[in-house]
Amino acid sequence: MKLHTIQLKINDEQQTVTVRSGDTLLYTIRKQLGLTGAKPGCLNGDCGACTIHVDGWPMKSCLMMAVEGEGKQITTIEGLKDTPIQQAFVQHFAFQCGYCTPGFIMNGHSLLQKKPDADDSTIKEWLESNICRCTSYSEIEKAIKFALEKNKSS
Amino acid sequence: MEVIGKSVIRKEAQDKVTGQAQYTHDYHTSKKLSGRVVLSPYGHARILSIDTTDARKVPGVRAIITGEQLPLTGESMRDRPPLATDKVRYHGEAVAIVVADTPNQGDLAASLIQIQYEVLPVVHTPTQAFQQNSPLVHEHLGEYEREKDVYPVPGTNIAHHVKIRKGNMEKGWGESSVTVEGDYSFSPSDHAAMETRSSTAEITPDGTIKIITSSQAPFMVKQLIASYFDEDIGKIVVDTPLVGGAYGGKASVQLEILAYLSSRAVGGRAVEIFNEREQDMMMSPSHIGLDAKIKIGADHSGVIKAMEIQFLWDGGAYSDKAIDLTRAGAVDCTGPYKVDHVWCDSYCMYTNHTYAAPFRGFSHSELSFAVERTLDLLAKKLNMDPLELRERNAIQPGHTTPTRVLLNQSNVGNLQECISKLRTLIRWEEGPVREINERLVRVKGVSCSWKTSTIDSNAPSGVILTFNRDGSINLMSGVVEIGTGTKTVLAQILAEKLKMDVDKIHVRMTVDTQTTPEHWKTVASRGIYMAGRALLEAADDVIAQLKEIASIVLRAPIEDLEVAHMKVFTRDDPRISVDFKDICYGYQYPNGNSIGGQIIGRGNFILRHLSHLDPETGEGNPGPEWTVAAYGVEVEFDRRDLTYRLIKAASVIDIGIVLNEKAALGQVMGAMSMGLSFAGRETFYYDEFGRVLNPQLRTYRPIRYGENPEYLVDFVYTPDLQAAYGARGVGEHGLLGMPSALGNALSLAANVSLHHLPLTPELIWKTKAGNV
Amino acid sequence: MLPFSFEYERPKSFQEAVTRFQQADQSGKEPMYISGATEFLTLGRINQVYTEAAIDVKGIPEGKVIQFDQGYLVLGANLTLTELEEANVFPLLTSTSKQIADHTARGKITLGGNICGQIFYREAVLPLLLADSQMVMVGPEGVKVKPINEIFYERLLLQKGEFLIQVATDTRYLHAPFISIKRRQQWDTGYPLITIAALKIDRKVRVAISGLCPFPFRSNEMEDALNNLEGSPQEKIQNALASIPSPILDDVEGSSEYRLFVLQNLLLDVYEALKFGERE
Repeated sequence: MKLHTIQLKINDEQQTVTVRSGDTLLYTIRKQLGLTGAKPGCLNGDCGACTIHVDGWPMKSCLMMAVEGEGKQITTIEGLKDTPIQQAFVQHFAFQCGYCTPGFIMNGHSLLQKKPDADDSTIKEWLESNICRCTSYSEIEKAIKFALEKNKSS
Repeated sequence: MEVIGKSVIRKEAQDKVTGQAQYTHDYHTSKKLSGRVVLSPYGHARILSIDTTDARKVPGVRAIITGEQLPLTGESMRDRPPLATDKVRYHGEAVAIVVADTPNQGDLAASLIQIQYEVLPVVHTPTQAFQQNSPLVHEHLGEYEREKDVYPVPGTNIAHHVKIRKGNMEKGWGESSVTVEGDYSFSPSDHAAMETRSSTAEITPDGTIKIITSSQAPFMVKQLIASYFDEDIGKIVVDTPLVGGAYGGKASVQLEILAYLSSRAVGGRAVEIFNEREQDMMMSPSHIGLDAKIKIGADHSGVIKAMEIQFLWDGGAYSDKAIDLTRAGAVDCTGPYKVDHVWCDSYCMYTNHTYAAPFRGFSHSELSFAVERTLDLLAKKLNMDPLELRERNAIQPGHTTPTRVLLNQSNVGNLQECISKLRTLIRWEEGPVREINERLVRVKGVSCSWKTSTIDSNAPSGVILTFNRDGSINLMSGVVEIGTGTKTVLAQILAEKLKMDVDKIHVRMTVDTQTTPEHWKTVASRGIYMAGRALLEAADDVIAQLKEIASIVLRAPIEDLEVAHMKVFTRDDPRISVDFKDICYGYQYPNGNSIGGQIIGRGNFILRHLSHLDPETGEGNPGPEWTVAAYGVEVEFDRRDLTYRLIKAASVIDIGIVLNEKAALGQVMGAMSMGLSFAGRETFYYDEFGRVLNPQLRTYRPIRYGENPEYLVDFVYTPDLQAAYGARGVGEHGLLGMPSALGNALSLAANVSLHHLPLTPELIWKTKAGNV
Repeated sequence: MLPFSFEYERPKSFQEAVTRFQQADQSGKEPMYISGATEFLTLGRINQVYTEAAIDVKGIPEGKVIQFDQGYLVLGANLTLTELEEANVFPLLTSTSKQIADHTARGKITLGGNICGQIFYREAVLPLLLADSQMVMVGPEGVKVKPINEIFYERLLLQKGEFLIQVATDTRYLHAPFISIKRRQQWDTGYPLITIAALKIDRKVRVAISGLCPFPFRSNEMEDALNNLEGSPQEKIQNALASIPSPILDDVEGSSEYRLFVLQNLLLDVYEALKFGERE
């Protein structure tokens, strides 16, 4: 068994973990660090439920090995506190079962930071990375646009 | 009303946007073992041998379980071994379980189990299964234990047959001057809930069986495990936390059995069975497929006189819930129309596909595709407006259903009003076809639906209310929060009833079958209907108890008291009052004397007057009420490429009353989205061995952000007099008409009659070329 | 999560990477270079990829460059597709790459990884085929530069121990008129039914196609047929279709007959956008 003891900077805290080379970042943050906000939906990079931030960009944490995370700034849903996008998701009923929600919020939050002037096609380009099975997406669209507007005016 | 109808924010909203919401797989127990399942690599094959020698040598392996000695399972008929023995009947069927310390060790061991198979001829479709010379999926069909209203035909692949015989067909055809017919088919597909199924089981030294599971039916898990394995039902405790999407797929009981068997094999230690996506799609039950034949006769004015219907449901390898799906399809087989002469044969067919679970709509989106496409064929033949045809035949109070239930003002909604509102919503006056340029054309298709919920005739629901010391209330119901917001709506109903702040009502989000009162299953859009009635009874119980003690404290007769704002007060002078907090745990006089005691409210509900169907005619009362709806879908179709975009989708549903506006809209639009996704893209593809070729979300593709149309929703408000505040079921109905409305739009756009799903550009191309 | 156990190394230079590869190879570890690692993880978890030594080259500086040098645009093979899109120095590449997987995944998938992957669409190679790019590879024999049309046949023909580190493209191609279209089985998600990229230079159109065959390709015969000055656009397209390679894919995305129907229409779209086979 090839084990690595590595340092991960997650939600502004330094964490030391011992991982197998083949452990995904998703597995590591859930099982070792108890950060279960990122969800396993496909383990194959297809659904986006495990989306987190790596250096501020959205990342599917099932498409990344924990050993690749060394030296990166990692943020999970647990690291977001009362952000405009979270408020907007609540107000606009942009979730039902809630399972895809952390991934959508992390993706949307990064969009707000990186592309504050995002137009419809940019929003689509980013958000089509995630699957929501409950809503019609129009609720999510409303929430994202509301948060973008709020972001601009603040 | 103060609270009903408002878009009250979900009680669990903050948890869901902060990552704090816990689902089954999020629970940690330090010593949880992992159960990894070995799946069948073939659709149909004899198992010649299973050799676990090498697998057992892998470090960390604690047990390997195979199927011998296990009882047969299945909800209506016991035809399914929990682990395949003798032969495998579908690709992905569970054959063995490795219980190991870690998933990796389990996977390694699983790969070392040597299984020899002899491939058998595969039954690919229900139509093939129905043929005389078809290979048999079950050779001993006659020997299975079953409920008394299940009618298998031994020596065939027919697991169940429901007959509807209403009126006189000869007369019906005689009165018909026009007839149309069509054959329709589509393969099984998937629920694709974002949370895959998972279950953990543990058996403590005192014999308590603890199961945590992602399920719509925790109470059924308890009943079935007790029954299958002869366990003491009181010692089975099932916990269900938040569920990450279900859509019917988590109403079947499967992983719980595997987890229980796994724990039993390792001396009761906790074992988790977690479905990875591929396993969830292949091994766990799927969305049913269908081959249908529809024939409709009508007179010159478009009045439908007769319908003859054959449904061959693709129940897959085991009958489980497909038996109920077959019955549900039969009872509403005509769609929401008055038809005096009906002949329907609905067959539950065995094939070598994954067996079927309920799917949102419970056979109705499926049957609607066949019926509503045929109605458009009829409209075309009569040269009649398709909405007018539907309106002319719309079901109404005074008519009877295929199973001869007499409809009244309460048990059916107002379809004509739905159609009328739909006309406005989709601008039907513009006509169904609008040319954009020489390639592009915008086309609208319409459809209608109805649905009753064919649940068990003795299905119960119960609610318990307790108080906190501040007078706030705890609401406990066995409804599982699968994303529908039902528990929040229950809180709204209680707040309305007690005229109090909804924030002072605390809802138990999770279900634990030991302490939560039973709600049969969280299915069939029956959460509010049943739990709502139980809740109103519990609220009445609480009010009575509050008034009883308040009447002593306030020295006023019970009849003079009112309850509101967490107080009991006299009607004429509200200043004479006592707070809930001062009486809900007994009232204490200044000298210390106390009266009364803890107030606990209880309420229950059971559906009444439902009956089994007559085996020869289908006569009987299958469900409490029929929600009706009308739909439209507008596409922009490219006549050169035969591709299309979804532009608008509309639903008008007779909802009775809106309890939570945004939640209701969310349910309807979400269901529409799922229906369009199913209709436009979702299906399993199989190879010649019956192997699923697309068991991943990159090849099985639910609709994504931006592929969706604009959604238009309107409601009609015909109260159901039996339901809390008149509310009708609405969780499924947005889905039901989407495949048919899309099929009707595209058939018109492409000038070709489409009879299959999914409605891909390639299907349109093939149909035009006559190659389907 | 990968079921097998392997050594993970992250060399800082390409020389070190090559050395590590050779050492691991000598010890029978079936070494593998990885960079974005997305395919490594997704195929590895279903046992379609195996190694006992993964050499992660994404940290090698030469693989991260975006620079103009002597009339060439040099792009590092370890740039993620998102990085390429954000820089947008080669619009045809941006346009084609934006259709691959999804935005979040493209933040991890690299240019080199997409071109050298097992999943056979390899759409990022299409613009490079059209622009006669130079492929810069490193391996036991040092640095090797080859024109893509000599070294890419169905896939990049790497020798054992080699990996792609850069691609260099003559700047005159960067702003040539182009079109890139991805047609899927349905709507906007999924693998290509067909992806076509076309570019017009020196009055001639070039086309490269993915999803038609189990490999991406550019065909001189097809281009000759399209650029033929005789005949109607439809006739040129029919002639081009007569010279496509085989086999034509026939799978869950679409039948081979249907793919030909789609291709024919796509070629009409290319004609609409760029015109071809016309005297100017």
